[in-house]
Amino acid sequence: MTTRHAITAGFVPLLDSALLVVAREMGFAEEQAIDLTLLRERSWASIRDRLAVRHIDVAHILGPMPIACNLGLNVPAPDMIVPMALGLGGNAVTVSSALWQAMADNGAKADLDARVNGAALRRVIDRRAGPPLRFGVVHPYSGHNYELRYWLAASGINPDRDIEIAVLPPPDMGNALAEGVIDGYCAGEPWNSFGVLRRGGHLATVKAAIWRSSPEKVLGVDARWAKTNPEAMAALLVALQQASLWCSQPENHPALAALLAKPAFVGLDADLLLPALSGNLPVGGGVVQTVGDFFVPNAKAATFPWKSHALWFYTQMVRWRQIGHTADRQRIAAETYRPDIYRAALKDHGIAMPSASAKVEGALIVTTPVGSSGALTLGPDGFFDGGRFDPDDIDAYIASQSTG
Amino acid sequence: MKPSGLNVLVIDENRIRAAIIEDGLRDAGYDRVTVIDNMHGLARCIANRNPDVIVIDLENPNRDMLESMFQLSRAVKRPIAMFVDKSDEASIEAAVEAGVSAYIVDGLKQERVRPILKMAISRFNAFSRLSRELEETRGELENRKIVDRAKGLLMRSRGISEEEAYALLRRTAMNQNRKIVEIAQSLVTAASLLDPGGKE
Repeated sequence: MTTRHAITAGFVPLLDSALLVVAREMGFAEEQAIDLTLLRERSWASIRDRLAVRHIDVAHILGPMPIACNLGLNVPAPDMIVPMALGLGGNAVTVSSALWQAMADNGAKADLDARVNGAALRRVIDRRAGPPLRFGVVHPYSGHNYELRYWLAASGINPDRDIEIAVLPPPDMGNALAEGVIDGYCAGEPWNSFGVLRRGGHLATVKAAIWRSSPEKVLGVDARWAKTNPEAMAALLVALQQASLWCSQPENHPALAALLAKPAFVGLDADLLLPALSGNLPVGGGVVQTVGDFFVPNAKAATFPWKSHALWFYTQMVRWRQIGHTADRQRIAAETYRPDIYRAALKDHGIAMPSASAKVEGALIVTTPVGSSGALTLGPDGFFDGGRFDPDDIDAYIASQSTG
Repeated sequence: MKPSGLNVLVIDENRIRAAIIEDGLRDAGYDRVTVIDNMHGLARCIANRNPDVIVIDLENPNRDMLESMFQLSRAVKRPIAMFVDKSDEASIEAAVEAGVSAYIVDGLKQERVRPILKMAISRFNAFSRLSRELEETRGELENRKIVDRAKGLLMRSRGISEEEAYALLRRTAMNQNRKIVEIAQSLVTAASLLDPGGKE
């Protein structure tokens, strides 16, 4: 008789909660004898609090957040590990129609090119009189905050001096934009499609254009729970991996959008959920742009918890003065992500696996087959400014970072 | 209890619950209590009031914003999440369980804050209990209406008294090991299917 596992997972109603939702609703958890309970939360703070008091065992969580927790930046939190990522990409930068008009007057194009549109935004800011532009992000320790800042800084805009960045709940972003409280925001889906289709916003660029195949949400696990429940942990990774494959198949996208549209999950119309799945994004003014690798749930080792991803997030915490750099802290960040657990759980399931646990980010210009178990290709994974991140040379990368 | 002098800010989008907590705090001698129930101008309010303790409902979607404001705050009085030293896991658990989250200015002695948290937790719990009871009462009223309609149907179609109709429902429920309201609901549904235009 198989042992059954009871697992409670927290999630925030966003498109990339898909893997957890599908694992439960499409029977992948059940196949692994898991009773998966999903708890919907409205803030990352309450995800963290519920992990701390063991209301939940695992969570859909911002990639940098477990690192911040382990570094003592985000309390009260338990020690956390990340044994799996929940996909790559999925975010965008949406701006108000007024700001888009100004950017377009300065050369911005609807093709979402990060370099051209970043330069246009810089010209708008250079010529602007009055209070600085305000941008919203979802959390200080988020991919959104770091990729927005990366894009701005590489475009010659100082994110702390030339504009203002404020934290807002994603569901409030579209309204804040329409009311003129903010001029733009970087958020996950469906909140960009919502801003464009329901609140008159315009996409400026996307995460996939700033840094293609870049990390976003992960499975954050209470380390205490993982230690005492290794079998349940492994079973969950298998269920989530199968869910990720299901999510990646285009023929399932309409059903996935309909599933996520239910009030128990994301609770927004399916037409706002389909763009991220298909990669055909409404950019504003009725124009639809096809974006390669906009959101990648399964391909390109999208669920692999790369240590280089953890370390890049860490360098951004240092860059934006959330923490000072020490060798110890760097080690804590790298050890938060656990590819060893991922490998052990999935090795007997015929899943293509990278042979390394860290890689030079931004090194692949084209899709590249990699030496691994099974057929696996990675990339392209370039930063829009041609930047490269070598996880073996953190000190040099940190030293080379400017703040814009 | 003599006034503690602590400056307490309560943030709760539920006005009734906010009022209940405010009353509790005032009764306990905290006379510097501010309540806000909408998030517009939150930053300005905090800057003006400079609270020692902030109590906010755990489910409030603006907590990430609130925490980021504290992080950026250049003020001397910088609020931090309560019980960050993990010395008091039972309190954290009771708070999360009740749906209370709190922030205190760094350096403030936890003994001074504990009564506030205790108060908030007990009032949050009392509020949930009230809401639950209200839900149950509403449910009971609904159920009674359904049973009354089923009794009416039986009385008319079989020419029996109200007592006999109720006894029949109860006997059927017992025989089928179901609730009376479930039997009544089946009857009402069946009647409306058989005679969609008819009045019961």
